Amino acid sequence: MTSTTKLEELTSQDYKYGFITELEMDRAPKGLNEDIIRLISAKKNEPAFMLEWRLKAYRHWLTMKEPTWQNVKYPPIDYQDIYYYAAPTQKTKPKSLDEVDPELRETFNKLGISLAEQEVLTGVAVDAVFDSVSVGTSFKEKLGKMGIIFCSFSEAVQEHPELVKKYLGTVVPYTDNFFATLNSAVFTDGSFCYIPKGVRCPMELSTYFRINAAQTGQFERTLIIADADSYVSYLEGCTAPKRDENQLHAAVVELVALDNAQIKYSTVQNWYPGDKQGKGGIYNFVTKRGKCAGINSKISWTQVETGSAITWKYPSCILLGDNSVGEFYSVAVTNHYQQADTGTKMIHIGKNTRSTIVSKGISAGHGQNTYRGLVKIMKNATGARNHSQCDSLLMGDLCGAHTFPLIEIKNSTAQMEHEASTSKIGEDQLFYCKQRGLSEEDAVNMIVNGFCKQVFKELPMEFAVEAQKLLGVSLEGSVG
Amino acid sequence: MLQLKNLHVKIEDRTILKGINLEINAGEVHAIMGPNGSGKSTLTQIIAGRDLYQITQGQILFEGKDLTPFAPEARAQRGIFLAFQYPIEIPGVANAYFLRTALNAKRKFLGLPEIDAMDFLALIKEKMSLLHMDPSFLNRSVNEGFSGGEKKRNEILQMAILEPKLALLDETDSGLDIDSLKIVARGVNTLRTSERAILLVTHYQRLLNYIEPDYVHVLSDGRIVKSGGKELALRLEEQGYGWVKEMTA
Repeated sequence: MTSTTKLEELTSQDYKYGFITELEMDRAPKGLNEDIIRLISAKKNEPAFMLEWRLKAYRHWLTMKEPTWQNVKYPPIDYQDIYYYAAPTQKTKPKSLDEVDPELRETFNKLGISLAEQEVLTGVAVDAVFDSVSVGTSFKEKLGKMGIIFCSFSEAVQEHPELVKKYLGTVVPYTDNFFATLNSAVFTDGSFCYIPKGVRCPMELSTYFRINAAQTGQFERTLIIADADSYVSYLEGCTAPKRDENQLHAAVVELVALDNAQIKYSTVQNWYPGDKQGKGGIYNFVTKRGKCAGINSKISWTQVETGSAITWKYPSCILLGDNSVGEFYSVAVTNHYQQADTGTKMIHIGKNTRSTIVSKGISAGHGQNTYRGLVKIMKNATGARNHSQCDSLLMGDLCGAHTFPLIEIKNSTAQMEHEASTSKIGEDQLFYCKQRGLSEEDAVNMIVNGFCKQVFKELPMEFAVEAQKLLGVSLEGSVG
Repeated sequence: MLQLKNLHVKIEDRTILKGINLEINAGEVHAIMGPNGSGKSTLTQIIAGRDLYQITQGQILFEGKDLTPFAPEARAQRGIFLAFQYPIEIPGVANAYFLRTALNAKRKFLGLPEIDAMDFLALIKEKMSLLHMDPSFLNRSVNEGFSGGEKKRNEILQMAILEPKLALLDETDSGLDIDSLKIVARGVNTLRTSERAILLVTHYQRLLNYIEPDYVHVLSDGRIVKSGGKELALRLEEQGYGWVKEMTA
């Protein structure tokens, strides 16, 4: 078989998770104005401080311009042509999984993430976010006994307003950037997590996000607080049904680690990437940032980005506490017409702060992959250290890899290392594998997984397996 | 087992092999010698199915079947093995994993169950001791950071695991010191059986002191210009390739 026909055959496979769930929707009219924001806040029965915060964000947003510096291209977004509120209608909140809409649960089953099964088999507590309203939270009681709060953001606003008020916007202020500000004004739900002092969360906390209703912008907000001497590992996985129209997703994630606390945040993002011609797909414009507020605190971001038409995100760490540690491990894949502009910012403020960056970009088809990073050592950050490694892998002649590493040093004791490489899956590597009896797909899989190994080993076990499979699906037929 | 009939091969617009006729039977070891650029490596690569090269005339028969429609992996699964002159590095992929995947691809083709990790470990440890390889090698990435000698030993190890019917050894002796050469040669000799055919390509007679061929062929400018027994190799060593070239001029 020639490589061209193989390519066509393999890439003609449909997006595996492209199905739409029929659910009754409770939807606000299209468009954005103060009334919509008031409606969202009222629907969610929010206290006054939340509404005020949203309105401040909205008014600030009106003064902002959409950024243009990123290395991605997309047609203008009409922000008045988006539904800002859509919730599956359910008369009362389910108290257990049995009360969850069966059709909804069926959707989860198709994705292989049945809540019930997960409870029993994997010991993972899943807070499932489905079109902005959290429908099921498991293991809550068990966690509750340890003082761990793991719930939807809306619930946190109701049950723990003091924590929300204290930490919301302290890492990503509502003035931060165009998309984060928009999110601050209109976010409908998300996850909230608080680990009390001295508690080591005994299981991986996990959220599955899905975007379901057509043309509903998804504005999630996640806030995780690890109090002194605590530890938590948080998993975020995403798949979205197929759509022909581009969908905006502008989420915000804020992490706060206090003294000696550690947060490990892992993402596998597999939203609909658009078709082979670049039609459709998710615009994933996300602001993720963690603050190592306390001494000896640590925040690790691990991400595997295989989906979305456009990915625009920089999970970052503000290393405020002395001896704090920030880590960023990333695999970003762009195939067909996908575009990714991703990387991290490590802001060293405290003394002896350390950061590690490992970025692996894979480009195939017409994919464009950009690493953009900033390592900033502030004046008082004596003894700060950073190690950065950015590797790009190209498959075929039509894709692109770009890196924009920026380093700003204001303290002469800083130690910096930066390594970068660009390689191509060679015909010789493929031939070598095939000569040993491997099919082309297996060979590509093996080579790519080898390339990503440094990042995959940072993922929790079950996620690492999923990530490897996703990578295979994303790149099928991409060597021509 | 292998028959080359009037084989003409080109890469882009350059014709490299200009009518090769050769027959290799099970149990035989054939050595192809020749100066740089005579087409030795091309010959092994075209048999293995590399699509950079194109057959313009003639054919390759393996066990009586024309190999043309078979992709490289299909040829490998049917028992053709090429030990590369320059083994390729695959960063991040552990040797043991690579080898087990390769072995299972072949077993799957033969309708055998996959070999499990424990059985595989026992098998590979046995083969590794034959080639004096350190156990740490199993967890190292395929050929990454290997010395020249380690890479060549790794090729022979793969051959020992995959147990091909036809082994093509492309300059397996190049870059080896005398100790490594002896180890590699011993490895190959243990794989020499009455069912297996071996085609080895080399510049130098040196390797043939350790792996005695049944036949020696001299390749020059894309043609086999002389064939003989192992004594032919000795004559080449003494007199160089000049006399062969003159003879064909």
